[in-house]
Amino acid sequence: MNDYVIKASNLSRNFGDIKAIQGLDLNVEKGRIYGFLGPNGCGKTTAIRLLTGLLKPSAGEIQVLGFTLPRDAQKLRLHIGYMTQKFSLYDDLTVQENLGFIAKIYGLSGRAKRQRIDELISTYGLEQTTQQLAGTMSGGQRQRLALAAATLHKPELLFLDEPTSAVDPENRRDFWEKLFDLSDQGASILVSTHYMDEAERCHKLAILETGIKRADGSPETLMEEMGAHVVEVASSDLRQLKQSLLVIPEVITAAQLGARLRVLLKNTVADPLAFLRQQKNIAPEDTLSLVRPSLEDVFVTCTGKSRQLSKAS
Amino acid sequence: MKGLSRIQAIFSKELTQLKRDKMTFGMVIMIPLIQLMLFGFAINTNVRHIPAGIVDYSQTGLSRILIQTIGATQVVKFSQQYMNVDQAEAAIARAEIRAVLVIPKDVSQRLARHPTVGLGSPPSSDEETSRAIAQWVVDGSDTMIAAAIKSLRYMPLAELLNKPVNRSTPTFEVTLLYNPEQRTAVNIVPGLVGIILTMTMIMFTSAAIVRERERGNLEMLITTPVRPIELMLGKIIPYMFIGALQVAIILGLGYVVFNVPFNGGLWQLAGATLMFIAASLVLGLVISTLAKNQLQATQMTIFVLLPSILLSGFVFPYEGMPELAQRIAEILPATHFMRLVRGVILRDVEIIDMRYDMIWLALFTAIGLAIASFRFKKNLD
Repeated sequence: MNDYVIKASNLSRNFGDIKAIQGLDLNVEKGRIYGFLGPNGCGKTTAIRLLTGLLKPSAGEIQVLGFTLPRDAQKLRLHIGYMTQKFSLYDDLTVQENLGFIAKIYGLSGRAKRQRIDELISTYGLEQTTQQLAGTMSGGQRQRLALAAATLHKPELLFLDEPTSAVDPENRRDFWEKLFDLSDQGASILVSTHYMDEAERCHKLAILETGIKRADGSPETLMEEMGAHVVEVASSDLRQLKQSLLVIPEVITAAQLGARLRVLLKNTVADPLAFLRQQKNIAPEDTLSLVRPSLEDVFVTCTGKSRQLSKAS
Repeated sequence: MKGLSRIQAIFSKELTQLKRDKMTFGMVIMIPLIQLMLFGFAINTNVRHIPAGIVDYSQTGLSRILIQTIGATQVVKFSQQYMNVDQAEAAIARAEIRAVLVIPKDVSQRLARHPTVGLGSPPSSDEETSRAIAQWVVDGSDTMIAAAIKSLRYMPLAELLNKPVNRSTPTFEVTLLYNPEQRTAVNIVPGLVGIILTMTMIMFTSAAIVRERERGNLEMLITTPVRPIELMLGKIIPYMFIGALQVAIILGLGYVVFNVPFNGGLWQLAGATLMFIAASLVLGLVISTLAKNQLQATQMTIFVLLPSILLSGFVFPYEGMPELAQRIAEILPATHFMRLVRGVILRDVEIIDMRYDMIWLALFTAIGLAIASFRFKKNLD
């Protein structure tokens, strides 16, 4: 019995000339929340569709819960839950009817069906909305309904494609509480997101860019092993300072955060503070401080290559 | 067993959605109701009251009696008088009238010499005596109107002269079975069943799966254990009931309003109708696996609907079509159903005696279902 719920190696998928996924290697451990972090169009959805058997890979091997894809896709379906990016339950059915439909599809009936649905309705706080049409509910309610439907048959592995993209921050926090509950009950979860704060909640994550995995590991490890220094500069004319710093080859990027400029320096620079002091636009009265990297810094550093290209042009 | 419960899940979900969709539900009832009333009254292949004009060069009592006698046939309705033929032809071009009767100055002499008026049959080479008494000028572009006017060519003239009509002996005796009064509705109403079912059944199912795809439901459905064939069957079955309901509306109203006789057996009709509904629904499913959105599905539905109306024998007799068109018509389920339904309702035929049409419908359904299930892959490739 292996401890990995997902094992993929050298996974690729092309749509015509577009390479949506290139050479993806992935190992997801059992009982963990694994994140896909990346900008829109980086291949997160394609990766999830490949791993659920909805798409066939152009190359590479996939094993999910011990099933080889795409061969065993039909068998796998009983063991996984999938929450799509776009709400995919029926807008013109009520909460009760939607869940009833899914329950019957998974072969539940009679008392077992009613019990499971009541359980889900109370777990996901849908008591007030059971007779409401799904199309008339708020983003947060719909997303809870979608999660309830995806977990109705108690899947061992749950795929969530940008589950919180249409949800306010408070609902997002509640949603993640539910995910941790599920994880505690033994479910493995793969979630894609473009929110840094969500990515930081994952046990492990992979950073994707243009279909290529740039880095993976736990958020802490990624931040520690980032391979760049982060310096915050407080200065008077940040816009101009930013422009002048960006042309220095050692500077990966610079981003304004209110009254400060967050500068990422390559770790080939031994003493980042002294290095920046020498730059001509830094005034003596400006304050410079070395800070702990955030996941966003990791993200920018990992995906920096293409940004530098765009900077040069 | 699990498969059955999944089919049932899709079936009841489909019914609930249909119940919510008031517009579609209304269409289920209103389409057959309104179209039956409209076409039952409107379509009439016995052309009558064609607007016609007169150019009367003779202006005699005889010409006026002639005009009255022709008017009494109800084939034409004289509405205008013209001074000469040129004016009349201009009126035909303007579509004021469709035909004009030109009565020559010497109509009395012509009538007197006409063979049917009692001078016996002169030799046909005698130009003087074998002339017609007047002339019709007709807008010949519409063949049905032309044919109606042509039917006046050998109109009996005896009553013009206050003589009893000679009992003429026809060459052939014609016995009209099944529709002796020659009412068009008797032929149209059963045919309308086929047309309305073709339209609604194909339209509903072709939209049914495409809509799931458009709204993103399909992405969720295909990650569940539902098999394509279960999805197809679950979607088809509710519409079979709807189809049956529509047939009941059309034939019931046809019986009450248009007095269309129902000569056949109810089970015979049910058998033929269910086969046809199944074939149409499956065709809709095939369309839904080809179309990317609801607009495309509607376009393809119309692509099938038009030949079903025009080639199936609904209005124009199948026998009158060239061989290529007949072959195309043979492919369409509507053609076979048209024969079956008219056979059962009007002629009390047993469907076992029309098994060629039944077998074709069954074959069409089986092949279509296979294609639809095959084309509907459970992935997004």
